[in-house]
Amino acid sequence: MSDTQTAEPVLKIEGLSIAYEPGRYAVKDVSATVKRNSITAIMGPSGCGKSTLLRAMNRMHELYPNIETRGDILLDGQSIFSMSVIELRRKVGMVFQRPNPFPNMTIYENVVAGYSLNDIRLKKNQRDEIVENALRNVTLWDEVKEFLYRKGTFLSGGQQQRLCVARAIAFNPEVLLLDEPTSALDPIATSKIEDLLGELKKQYTIVLVTHNMSQAARISDDSMFMYLGELVEAGRTETLFTTPKDARTEAYLTGKFG
Amino acid sequence: MSGDKVTKALLFLSSLTVLLLSAGIVLSLTGGAIPAFREYGPGFITSTLWNPTTGSEEYGALPFIAGTVITSLLALLLCIPMAFSTSLFIAEYFRGTRTAGILRSLVDMLAGIPSIVYGFWGFYALRPLLISTGLTDQGFGIFTASIVLAIMIVPYATSLSAEIIAMVPSELKEAAYSLGATRREVIFSVIIPSARSGIVASFILALGRALGETMAVTMLIGNANIIPKGLFSPGNTMASVIANQFGEADGLKLSALIAIGLLLFAITALVNAAGKFIIRRFA
Ligand SMILES: Nc1ncnc2c1ncn2[C@@H]1O[C@H](COP(=O)(O)OP(=O)(O)OP(=O)(O)O)[C@@H](O)[C@H]1O
Ligand SMILES: [Mg+2]
Repeated sequence: MSDTQTAEPVLKIEGLSIAYEPGRYAVKDVSATVKRNSITAIMGPSGCGKSTLLRAMNRMHELYPNIETRGDILLDGQSIFSMSVIELRRKVGMVFQRPNPFPNMTIYENVVAGYSLNDIRLKKNQRDEIVENALRNVTLWDEVKEFLYRKGTFLSGGQQQRLCVARAIAFNPEVLLLDEPTSALDPIATSKIEDLLGELKKQYTIVLVTHNMSQAARISDDSMFMYLGELVEAGRTETLFTTPKDARTEAYLTGKFG
Repeated sequence: MSGDKVTKALLFLSSLTVLLLSAGIVLSLTGGAIPAFREYGPGFITSTLWNPTTGSEEYGALPFIAGTVITSLLALLLCIPMAFSTSLFIAEYFRGTRTAGILRSLVDMLAGIPSIVYGFWGFYALRPLLISTGLTDQGFGIFTASIVLAIMIVPYATSLSAEIIAMVPSELKEAAYSLGATRREVIFSVIIPSARSGIVASFILALGRALGETMAVTMLIGNANIIPKGLFSPGNTMASVIANQFGEADGLKLSALIAIGLLLFAITALVNAAGKFIIRRFA
């Protein structure tokens, strides 16, 4: 794994273990790094702990009341558990499996929802600028600029998902976490999101959970393979796909399970 | 006939019975109310007279309509803060915890207490308390009845609202949390706006229950056939005047009471339909 450590990591996961119920670990002693301005894919069979690991990166896993967390995650060298969650979540944004724009808000309001939810007052022209930039960044601007004041739920699934990405990047976070963001989308919408992620990594660091191996192969720079809560293998995507070190990784990549 | 067909036929027959029964109730109510409506016309609804003296008999429904509407709306007003906060507590703040479970069972238990017991409690516990404040001599009246009525409808409003609040998709809450929102911000900016129409509807349905509530109100409202003059004035509701007077009523008076019953039925049905419509349409 020496090649994943060449650049200064944005995220450094150290001996992380997470249990939803006492003693039953969904993530077991995971240590890994995430490089700046790259796409890191997390793969593995269903239930192996991908989402749990991802959600720990902005402490969304703490929404479950009985969760038990051990180990640490460093963001730019600082433990995320020593930051306020609000501050952390502004630095580490998230996009979910199913597009979830706020149904009571317009497209415009959805993009700046992070600001309005946090009672951050902006001038109209500042807001306009944030909305236009975020929507341009997700290649949605030309499609929706005529309907900014209509509800976001009128958009197609793929457009909604890009709106959710726009909402997540409107705060200009450092890291963007995506949990199977294309699993509810058709192939065309999926490829749009994939192209988009390729562009976004120039500005942001992206961590992507995916069930889809060809997607990981297509767009990720680094990959992690998890199995039963453990991080089995991590490294450059090319290396991991062509010469996996662990027999379990190889079995997964050749479709033997998952 | 196959067993399947027999079952189908039986089910059809029993639902037909329900249908015929409700149609029968409406028909006999309407039939009974005709003499009063023929005598007074639409003025029956707007007249405030209630004079059973033979020879100068005169009946009007307005005092009772007013009593019903005022006590029910006041009860609703008192119920909203209690039910709204309890449902947020159960369905969001303490969702899935033991505390919420206990509170939920307590609320359900409140719903199971018979009306007469509420009336009793109002009579022996609440009334002396109100008298001791000096605001009222006898302790009977609109306010006393409304407080008890409010407590009686809290369980319905609470469990309906809690259900609606619990239905707000967790994806939306998570989206807000992931944007750095606090618990309070999630509740006020995501949960309440998404559940708003459902919550409104659950209060409308609770209002529907308050309108027809009889026993406890009859025991506490003071049974004066007048338009209530203030919060502590005695009055009468549509349901309580019927309960009080149907025993010794005949002729035109009986018809007037039946007409009040029919009006109450119509008002309650309308309010319930509005509540259900909102729930189905927006929730
Ligand atoms: N809220 C929860 N309460 C209890 N156990 C949970 C909860 N969420 C997940 N788990 C368990 O934790 C383990 C890891 O779940 P996780 O959702 O992280 O897996 P995943 O790799 O994302 O799976 P999938 O590919 O199906 O999304 C699983 O065994 C799952 O049953
Ligand atoms: Mg998952």
